[in-house]
Amino acid sequence: MRARPIRPRTAVCAVASGTVVGRMVSPDNAEPTRSAGPVVSLRDVVAVLGRFPALAGASLDVEPGEVLLLKGPNGAGKTTLLRLCAGLVPLARGEAEVLGHNMRTERDAIRRHVGLLGHQNGLYADLSVRENVRFWARTAGASAEEIDAALAQLGLDGRLASVAAGRLSAGQRRRTALACLIARRARLWLLDEPHAGLDADGRDLLDDVIRRAVRSGATVLVASHELDRAQALATRMVTVAGGLVYTEQNANPSGAQPGTVN
Amino acid sequence: MWQTARLVAAKDLNIEWRSRQVTNQVLPFAGLTLVLFAFALDRDDITARVAPGLFWLATTFSLIVLVQRAFAVETSDGALDTLRVAGVDPAGIYLGKSLALAAQLIVLEALLLLGVIVFYASHIRPAGIVLVIITALLATCGLAFVGTLYGGLAAGAKGRETLLPLLLLPVVAPVLIGATRAFEAAFGTRGGAGIRAGVEISDGWPWVGMLAIFAAVFGAAGVLAFGPLLEEA
Repeated sequence: MRARPIRPRTAVCAVASGTVVGRMVSPDNAEPTRSAGPVVSLRDVVAVLGRFPALAGASLDVEPGEVLLLKGPNGAGKTTLLRLCAGLVPLARGEAEVLGHNMRTERDAIRRHVGLLGHQNGLYADLSVRENVRFWARTAGASAEEIDAALAQLGLDGRLASVAAGRLSAGQRRRTALACLIARRARLWLLDEPHAGLDADGRDLLDDVIRRAVRSGATVLVASHELDRAQALATRMVTVAGGLVYTEQNANPSGAQPGTVN
Repeated sequence: MWQTARLVAAKDLNIEWRSRQVTNQVLPFAGLTLVLFAFALDRDDITARVAPGLFWLATTFSLIVLVQRAFAVETSDGALDTLRVAGVDPAGIYLGKSLALAAQLIVLEALLLLGVIVFYASHIRPAGIVLVIITALLATCGLAFVGTLYGGLAAGAKGRETLLPLLLLPVVAPVLIGATRAFEAAFGTRGGAGIRAGVEISDGWPWVGMLAIFAAVFGAAGVLAFGPLLEEA
C-alpha cells in the first residue's frame, strides 16, 4: 500500500491513519499556547539545496514529548528536514513553526531551544571532552553541576574527560556531542543517524539518554536507517521520500519521485 | 554579547595554547619572511630603511594564516553550524574571535619587532616608543576586525584558502600603509630616504588617527554584519 503524504490542514486537530498529526496554533494566543501546540508544524514546506528541491512540499506535525522516527532512503530529505527545523536551511516556500515560533521571523528564538546532532559532532579537536562540554553548556548558561551531570550521564566523567576530542574514537566523540546537547538543555532534539559509530553499549546509552530527555520534557526527531533500534525507541514513525513526508507506518513510498511537489 | 565574546575568546586562546599554532608555524613563517627579505635586499642601509614596511608585511601575511586557522577549527567538525543552532550571539562570536586573533597578533608582533631590530639593525627612537605601542595596538585591532569579518565571509566558500588572501589583502592595505608610516616616524627612517630624510615623530600621529578610524569602522561593521555572514557561511 502506498503511503499518503501529509496534507496541510486548517482544522484545530486532525487524525490521519489513526495517528494524531497535530493541531494548528491560533495566531491570536501566541505566547501562552506556544508550548501547548505542536513542537514542529510544517505546512507545504519547500527547501531547495542548489537547484535540487530537497523538500518538495512536506507537511508534518510533531507533538510535545514525541520521539518521531524519520525513515526513508538516502537523499529522501531527512537531513534537510532536520536542518530546516534547526534553522540551518532556509525556507523557500510554505509555513513552518518550531516551538510555537515562526521559522521565518523568529529563528533566533527557536535556536536557543534546539539541539542538533548531525553527521558532524561540532567538537573542537584540541579541547578536552570537559572543555568542549563546558563551552557549549555555557553558551546556554548552564551551571557547573549541569556540566558534571551531563558528563556523568554519558560516562565521560572519568579519565576521558581530560582527553582531547581529536584523540577520541568516533563513538566517544558521538557521546561527547550528546553530552553537549544534554548540557545545553535543548527542548527539541534533532538527531541525524545518532547511532552511527556507536558500539552496542553506546547505543544502549544513547537510547537511555533519549528516553531520559523525553521524560524531562524534550521532543525528539530521529532520522535513522537502523530501524529495529529506532522503532523500539520511537512513539511514531513517518517516511520521508522524494522530499515529502508520509504518515503510514511500514509503507513503501517507492513510487514517489524526488522533487515531486505535493 | 560581551559574555559570549569572553567565552569565544577564551575558547580560541585555549585552542591556540593547546595547538601552539602561532609558536610552531606562524612565528617561524613570519621570521622566515623577514630573513628572506633581508637576503633579497642584501644591503644593511636599505633593510634598515624599509624595516617598518617589511615588519607590517610579515604581520599581514601571518594574519592570513591565523585567520584561516581561526575558522578552520570552526568548520572542521561542524562547530560553526552548532554555534548557529545554539543561537549564540553573532556579535559576541565576532568580538570574541577578534579579541583572540588580536592577542595572538600582539605576541607575534612583539617577537617580530625583536627580529627586525636584530636582523635589520633597526632601532626605535626613545621618544617613539609610545608611538610604536599605540600604532601596534590600533593596527592590530584593525587587522583582527577585518580578518575576522573576511574569515567569516570565506568560511563556507569553496576554495576559501585562496579566496581569503584575495579578499583580505586589498582591504588591509590602509593598515599596512598607515602603520608603516607611523613606524617610520618612530624608527626615524623612511623607505625613500632620498626623497625626504629626517622624518619627525609627530609625522606618525596622523597615521595613528587613520588606524583608529579604520579599526572603529571595521569593528562596528563586523558587529552588525557578522550575523548575516554566518547565515550564508
